[in-house]
Order: sequence, then C-alpha cells, then structure tokens
Amino acid sequence: MKRSLSLALLLAVIFALPPARAATEADYKAAYAAAEAASKEATGLRNQWTTTVATLAAAKKAADGGDFDRAIAAAKEAEALAKASIFQATSEKEAWKTMEIR
Amino acid sequence: MASTIRVRATSNGDITEVQALIQHPMDSGFVKDSKGELIPAHFIQELKFEYNGKDVFVADWGPAVSKDPYVKFSFKGAKKGDDLKISWVDNKGASDTTTAKIS
Amino acid sequence: MKARSAILFGSALAALVVGALASTHVTAADKVDPAADIKAFQNFFFQKFPNVKHEDFANGPYSMNEDMKRQWQEKEEFPPYEFALDAGKEMFATPFKNGKTYADCFPDGGIGIRQNYPYFDEKEGKVVTLELALNRCREANGEAPYSYVKDEMASLTAYMAYTSRGKLMDIKIPDDPRALAAFENGKRYFYTRRGQMNFSCASCHVQSPGERIRAEVLAPALGILNAMPIYRSEWSSMGTTSRRFVTCNSQTRAVPLEPQSDEYRDVEYFLSYVANGLPISGPGARP
Repeated sequence: MKRSLSLALLLAVIFALPPARAATEADYKAAYAAAEAASKEATGLRNQWTTTVATLAAAKKAADGGDFDRAIAAAKEAEALAKASIFQATSEKEAWKTMEIR
Repeated sequence: MASTIRVRATSNGDITEVQALIQHPMDSGFVKDSKGELIPAHFIQELKFEYNGKDVFVADWGPAVSKDPYVKFSFKGAKKGDDLKISWVDNKGASDTTTAKIS
Repeated sequence: MKARSAILFGSALAALVVGALASTHVTAADKVDPAADIKAFQNFFFQKFPNVKHEDFANGPYSMNEDMKRQWQEKEEFPPYEFALDAGKEMFATPFKNGKTYADCFPDGGIGIRQNYPYFDEKEGKVVTLELALNRCREANGEAPYSYVKDEMASLTAYMAYTSRGKLMDIKIPDDPRALAAFENGKRYFYTRRGQMNFSCASCHVQSPGERIRAEVLAPALGILNAMPIYRSEWSSMGTTSRRFVTCNSQTRAVPLEPQSDEYRDVEYFLSYVANGLPISGPGARP
C-alpha cells in the first residue's frame, strides 16, 4: 500500500516536470564560464585539484563534439569540484593547526 | 664513457659469489613515449660471464627483463685474484665487455 | 584485522588527545618557536617508535619494517643509485665552458655540505635549497639550468649527499622575522590538507608511518629528506626532493606547484630543520 503510494507520488512528480529540452550551446557556455571562474579562484588559492582540471577538459571536449548535455553535466561537476577545493582551502586556513604536533 | 657493467665477485674459498648491475634501458617495445609513439624494443639478448675461457653463466634475455638489470649467482672452482670476464650483446648489436678481479 | 582496527582506533584516540592539547595551547600558538617545534616533532616519533634507533629515522620505511630492512641491506651492497652517483661525481668535477666548476660556487668546494641545506638567505629573504643553489651556480657560469626533478640534478645532489653521509642535519634559522615566517609557512604547508583526497603531508607521514598504502610502507616525516635524492624502483630512476613533493601532491589529486616554488622551499626548510641532529643518508633507494 505504502509502496504504491510512493510510486504514484514519484510518477506525479515526473509528469509534473516540463518536458526536457535539448541543452544548447548557450547553456553550456554559461555553465562552463561558472566552472572556469571557480577553478581560477582555486588556482589563486594554490589549491587546484587535478580532477577539476580533467573534468573541465572533458566538458570542453564534449562541447567541441556537439554533445551539450554531457558538456553541461561535466561543467557542473567541475564547478562543484572547484567549489569543494575552495572550501577546503578556506577551512584549512585554520584547520591545519589541529593536525600539528605540539 | 664509463662502463655499463658493475661487477663484484667475492670468493669465500670454494664458492665465488658474483653480483652484477648493468646499465641498459631494456625497452620492451610496448611502452609509448610522451608523444604517444612506441619506443622500439631495445634489450640485452645475451649476458655472459666467462672464467678461464669457459662460460660459467649465460643468460638469454628478452624484453621482459627490467631496466638496469641486476644479476646474482655463484659458481665453484675460481680462486681469489683470478679474472672474470663479463659481456653483453643487445638486439641492436651494441655490446660491452669488462673484466673483474675476484676478491 | 582486529589489530589493525585497534591501531586505527588508537591513532584516532591519539588525534583526539593531540587536538585537545592543541586547543589548550591556542594562546601560545601565535609565536613562532622552532626550538619548541623540533622538540615536539622528534619526541612524537621517538615515542611512537620507541624501538627505532634515532639515527635510523633517516632510513625511512626501512626503520619500520624488518623484512624491508633486510632486503634493503642486501641492496645497499649494490645500490641502484650507483650509476647516478658516478655520473654526478664526474659532472661535479667537469669544468663549465668558462673553466670554473661547481666547487667554486659552494663553501668547502661543495664536499660534505649537504647537511647545511636548505639555508635561509638573508640577502634574498628566502629559503635556498641545494637544487636551487646548483642551478644558480650553472646560470651564474653561463650554463643552462637543469630540470629540478631528475636526471642530472639528481646525479649532482646524489654525489653531494654521498660526500656528506653521516653528517648530522644542521639547519639554522637566523633571528630574522622573514626566516621565521618561512619556517611557519613550511609548517603550515606540511599540515594543510589539499587535493580531492583531502590529504596533508602529515596524513601519511605523521599519522601512518609504518602502515601500508597499497603495497608500500609509509616513511616517517622525521628524517624523510635526509635520504634525498632517491632511486625509486617505482620510477625506475632517480628523483630529487622536488620530484618527491610533486608526486606526493598529484597522488592526493592536487595540482602540483612549480618545483622550487616558495611553498616547496619553505616546506623543505621546515622538514629539514625538524630533522636536525639526524644523519644524512642520501642518496637513498626506495621501492
């Protein structure tokens, strides 16, 4: 009973969403610019991650091949990674002291 | 140029223990360089240790042996102060030879 | 398995204790005190490994693992860095085009001085490592600098370390606020987590020396630079201190800095200073 209810809810949610439209180059450019900005900030903090660089490159490659859905997904992932590295660099400004041998 | 072969041969009476280190790239032929091009196979094919004109150790090597290979073995019948001759030939025809005194 | 989780639990507990101690010290933490740092740093390792002889810390993982130690001792009879060492000796003796040699650039002709590097250059206001000094020597004599990570640089530093074997690391921190700042910056770099793996240098080399990471045994941070440069079987070649920093960074998925960037120079300064009193053991060989 409970299960079918949640299934119905799920279906309702899915159908309530507008039909997916194909991602455009403009969407990609916006997502890429955001990711690139975050990545540059990480480099400025001397805390770039190799995975951010690789994922950004993957986004560009997908876009060059015309696959904007994939390119946007990669750009968003790169942005999330870059933001995580910025968070890390910021919190470590103080947090490193907890590791110190005294 | 310095020899590509380093040898240490020590006798403890009856048995002579030999250690050798040889400088060689030992490229397998399956590895790519930084430009993505295959590095052609380049490896030692035969390594020989001779004592008194007689082979005491011969190795037929292939591309699976590591870079700068190291060998250790022992044999009977040599005396302190005798000569041990070591030589190798690789698949490109290059070679090197050296002689070591047994100590 | 049981022993392992006990160890992990133990180190977690130790971390808690350290954390608790740290918080009570916060007020005193603002002052840079290298003399207190070296004492605490060395005591930490001496207490963690009461059975390891102090000078043995300069031999990295071999001081932590009996099997590895036996293999290494056998290897030392015919060490894999021997070719690099011979090459370095020859290079060191070969004059530059202008007739001068490396010996002209260094005190005591460059022989037996490894233990004094890196040093703080009060004129420049920065830390100068041996690798940096070697390339500066080349450039001052009209020669092109070498790559900092391997080959010729590793051969030269191998020879210079070899002539200094057994001498005790002797890094000085002059009474200069810039030197203290460099030391503090190096310390911060050492303990700061970075990369997607969220590892600091200390995550491996303070919290887990002697433990395995995949098939390898982690070296203790204490004395880790005394063995540089090293022949690593994993690399099938020699590597310098710079190479070690660069690969450590990329293994934690952090984009490495340029070799001899300020952070690397400072962390080398910090790590070398806290190893004062331990012998130079380089060039080393590691799996």
